[in-house]
Amino acid sequence: MTRKSKKIYFDYAATTPVDPRVIRIMLPYFGKKFGNTMSLHNFGQDAKIALEKSREIVADLIGAKANEIIFTSSATESNNLALKGVAFANKNKGKHIIISQIEHPCIIETAKWLEKQGFKITRLPVDKYGLISPLDVKKAIRKDTILVSIIHASNEIGTIQPIEKIGKICRQKKVYFERSENQGSTEPKARYGPYFHTDAVQSFSKIPIDVNKMNIDLLTASSHKMYGPKGAACLFIREGVKIEPLLHGGGQEMGLRGSTVNVPAIVGFARACEICEKEIEKESRRLTKLRNKSIKNVLKIENSYLNGHLTRRLPNNANFRFSFIEGESLVIQLDLLGIAASTGSACSSMKLEPSSVLLAIGLKPQETHGSLRISLGRWTKEKDIDYFLKVLPRIIKKLREISPYGK
Amino acid sequence: MANNIYSKKVIEHFQHPHNYGKIKNANGIGEEGSLVCGDVMRLYIKVGKNEIIEDVSFETMGCAAAIASSSVMTDLIKGKTIKQALKINNKDVIKKLGYLPSVKIHCSLLAIDALRAAINDYLSKKTK
Repeated sequence: MTRKSKKIYFDYAATTPVDPRVIRIMLPYFGKKFGNTMSLHNFGQDAKIALEKSREIVADLIGAKANEIIFTSSATESNNLALKGVAFANKNKGKHIIISQIEHPCIIETAKWLEKQGFKITRLPVDKYGLISPLDVKKAIRKDTILVSIIHASNEIGTIQPIEKIGKICRQKKVYFERSENQGSTEPKARYGPYFHTDAVQSFSKIPIDVNKMNIDLLTASSHKMYGPKGAACLFIREGVKIEPLLHGGGQEMGLRGSTVNVPAIVGFARACEICEKEIEKESRRLTKLRNKSIKNVLKIENSYLNGHLTRRLPNNANFRFSFIEGESLVIQLDLLGIAASTGSACSSMKLEPSSVLLAIGLKPQETHGSLRISLGRWTKEKDIDYFLKVLPRIIKKLREISPYGK
Repeated sequence: MANNIYSKKVIEHFQHPHNYGKIKNANGIGEEGSLVCGDVMRLYIKVGKNEIIEDVSFETMGCAAAIASSSVMTDLIKGKTIKQALKINNKDVIKKLGYLPSVKIHCSLLAIDALRAAINDYLSKKTK
């Protein structure tokens, strides 16, 4: 039953392998071009040039200006910087922040911590597909709302939020905010609503993003989810947004992130962006086709359901739910057959709690156990999907035979 | 293929569980766990002459550790008297499995709870 040879990776939403083209471009920055970007000599300036070039490339992918991109070490850091940085820089204007119930843990936990510091958090619900209603955002914005942070696409169920509409609402809601400050100007300052941040870790590089068209003020993206190395991420911060740094130090990253710059990782991140920009359309079409094939066929299994939205979802994400069985045993069995996938079941988490995203879409705790997420990527082949579709019904049948509810 | 979370023995019992399903003429049935937690174990025992557990089977919805614990527990009690079976605890289950990750210890406890529930069920029916 076990098969050593098969190795199919269906967990690209967790992390991705680094593209060989990315590795190639990174290598010199470990050796010959090892300089510190803050040094005045040639070694340093070479590194500095590479850093600034990378900034331009990343900015370009989302329609931003280079000076609006801050490099960080991880999406968790970017999200912490966005929430804490905006909260503390604007607390004299208000202490209310809006997030959703389906954010990544690094937003949820940061918001929880800010709550302890005296900030007020509103957590918006989602419908059964995982969609946030822009109207709910509108209603939730108060006079003291300083920030709205909504995940662009769910890492678990893949649902893509109406970000453009939500961003527009944040702009329309004229509270008392000044987004850009013209120093020395005597004209009354433009007054806008709260800043709008989106965690775009899963969507970045998979669906097109334009921060201007989508009315985004802050955006988080991560390198290792898009075939770049771990240890590099970014936060887009629109010009004029008031924000405090998390890391005080030597003035790197326009004073917003003290730390010696991780040049090899950032160069790799930028190269990964270039590749994605070129391939995004074709790749998105290819993955959507594979995803739809898997959804169509998996749902032929009795008592199986799709979590999330049928069409408004990431091209590479499918999330299922099978009655009467438990997701951890399903994932382990798939792993034993050479397929790497993941689950939102309580048994698979260290905290032994079911996924908060699955609860937020209205599933009962007992319905969350049999969930299975597959996330496809650059090296997923149709024959991998076929193999998965071949073994999955057998595994589910066996687990249901063992289960007291399966007959 | 090896799995880095579980011991070889856990994987073995998970992939090829012993004594699963229902048995006919069970005279003791015990169920433990809850659907909310995601671990439910149902144990069927057939107690015969001299209080010997002649046959046993389980049905479990749960993780690999829960299924393997159930399987091992049925092996441990088959052919034993009720008195002997009641002496078995979760450490015996873990020992048989080689090792269980700390977050999975409760799965071995669940197996023991189900066993005691089944024996209680048998005893309560007997006294009636």
